[in-house]
Amino acid sequence: MRDDPLVIGGVTLKSRLFIGTGKYGDDALIPAVAEASGAEVITVAMRRVEPGQKGVMGHIPPHMRLLPNTSGARTAEEAVRLARLARAAGCGDWIKIEVISDTRHLLPDGYGTAKATELLVAEGFTVLPYINPDLYVARACVDAGAAAVMPLGAPIGTNRGLQTREMIAILIEELDIPIVVDAGIGLPSQACEAMEMGAAACLVNTAIASSGDPVRMARAFGAAVAAGRDAWLAGPGAVKKRGEGAEASSPLTGFLR
Amino acid sequence: METFQEFLQNWPAARRSEATARATSADVTAVLDKLARHWLSPEDFLVLLSPAAAEHLEAMAQKAHELTLRYFGRAVSIFTPLYISDVCTNQCRYCGFNAKNKQPRRHLSVDEAAAEAFAIADAGFQHILLLTGDAPKVSSPEYIADVVRRIKPRFASVGIEVYSQTEENYHMLVEAGVDSMTMFQETYNPELYAWLHPAGPKRDYAFRLAAPERAARAGMRSLGVGALLGLDAFEQDAFATGLHAWWLQRHFPGVEVSVSIPRICPHEGEFEVTHGVTDRELAQYVTALRCFLPRAGITCSSRESAFMRDHLVPLGVTRVSAGVSTAVGGRATKDLHNPGQFEITDHRSLEQMMVDLAAHGYQPVLKDWEDPAA
Repeated sequence: MRDDPLVIGGVTLKSRLFIGTGKYGDDALIPAVAEASGAEVITVAMRRVEPGQKGVMGHIPPHMRLLPNTSGARTAEEAVRLARLARAAGCGDWIKIEVISDTRHLLPDGYGTAKATELLVAEGFTVLPYINPDLYVARACVDAGAAAVMPLGAPIGTNRGLQTREMIAILIEELDIPIVVDAGIGLPSQACEAMEMGAAACLVNTAIASSGDPVRMARAFGAAVAAGRDAWLAGPGAVKKRGEGAEASSPLTGFLR
Repeated sequence: METFQEFLQNWPAARRSEATARATSADVTAVLDKLARHWLSPEDFLVLLSPAAAEHLEAMAQKAHELTLRYFGRAVSIFTPLYISDVCTNQCRYCGFNAKNKQPRRHLSVDEAAAEAFAIADAGFQHILLLTGDAPKVSSPEYIADVVRRIKPRFASVGIEVYSQTEENYHMLVEAGVDSMTMFQETYNPELYAWLHPAGPKRDYAFRLAAPERAARAGMRSLGVGALLGLDAFEQDAFATGLHAWWLQRHFPGVEVSVSIPRICPHEGEFEVTHGVTDRELAQYVTALRCFLPRAGITCSSRESAFMRDHLVPLGVTRVSAGVSTAVGGRATKDLHNPGQFEITDHRSLEQMMVDLAAHGYQPVLKDWEDPAA
């Protein structure tokens, strides 16, 4: 089987599952979750990052690539400041942009997100913006230099699956950068479906952290994402649809013989 | 823009009490079923506060627990209050700071307040809530801002729970480094409010009611509202508080809105509690709030016992205090051994609170804010 690495910002990744650090009953679970999932990329909210190795940072396996996020930013300018703080705190140059000014639904502000992407790319960050799966917003992020875009499958935390399936499919079809489905994925089967559609990766946090057994669920997501990717690479076989295959009794084009 | 006071006129007391009295068991089931597909309306919230809903408390608790896990996970934020002055010109009938209570008063200087705050930071806290009595000449907005500027470098978040300010003063406080404000309306019943507050600036019901709106317009990032449960009939203030949070969320979508759930405690005054809220009613309130406002924070203070607080967390509480003293001074400066604003019931230290949360499967979160404006 051929190698199928994911390359984001010049970094080659073997695993196409990204995981999070929020919502755990105990951050000490994170190393076991990370190992079981096989994930190499882990996102962490700057609002929870403490100096040094205190708090959540002390539980992140050192080999993992940090993807700090700007949770709490309401404007592009605030996201930019949080990104700089992340870099200054030693979290590296990768940044997941979250610009959210609606606390009822936590939907991302496309305009502010694209603007923050542009500003941070200019400062040398590898930027992964969290967006609504809107083609115009996604294109603006691509034009601004985003390394990938992260469209939501459903409102964050809802575990409702790929409610935005058709819109994500359009992004996969039209854009030449990795599409990382983020938010809303509640079950491994849904992550698998996103990968079968051609998504480059999935980010899953709530569904793992709020599971009855986060380590086991992390392993399930790792396997599902890998399976979905294999299915995409293999290409589906022809599927017979209901009603297909029967010859019409009176062909309408028979006269053309 | 319509104010909350105007909006609240749509919900007169009789409408609230009739709706809760009329609600049936089938109505409660229908609201809980709706929750899987839709956001709840204020009418639905009233159904969940009804006596009929009390019979479905376990089902409500299961829903509330599920929603809390989805949106907040097993993480609980911890803060501590710092009282920097108990000088007060109000005569609230239920409060230990009542100006008529003859007790020595203490007002910390900026240096003293900073020393107290730094002792709190040294203990490990990163979220602090500053409180004062209502005495604008003594604890002026400028004084509060000076304290905030001094202590801000040591804290991830500085909140205030002080007397109602003008929008201009809220703006000054935001500029000084305040990111959250808490304002208890005490009761949303204007007549009862007038009786409870016979003298002092707090007598102005409308000015207090609109304080969160002014703070939001001034750029405050986080607002907390609450009624002092036990002053009016349970469903009246429970409903109005949830409605207030809901209205604020809709009108200021960028602001994080939370609800506090204080029940009245014994204190130094002579107030007789006539509408005492039972433990079951408090649990019903928390679960109804969570169902109505899935993403709103819910704060439970040390007025409640360790037992109640530990058991309310799975139902929806997302923020608790620890290491609490409601007296002024005592950590790094002299303590006058005043009785404090009210009696606290949960005396747990930060360390004990962290141990107990972890024992219940919850992660204590000390830092949940990184001020991008700092």
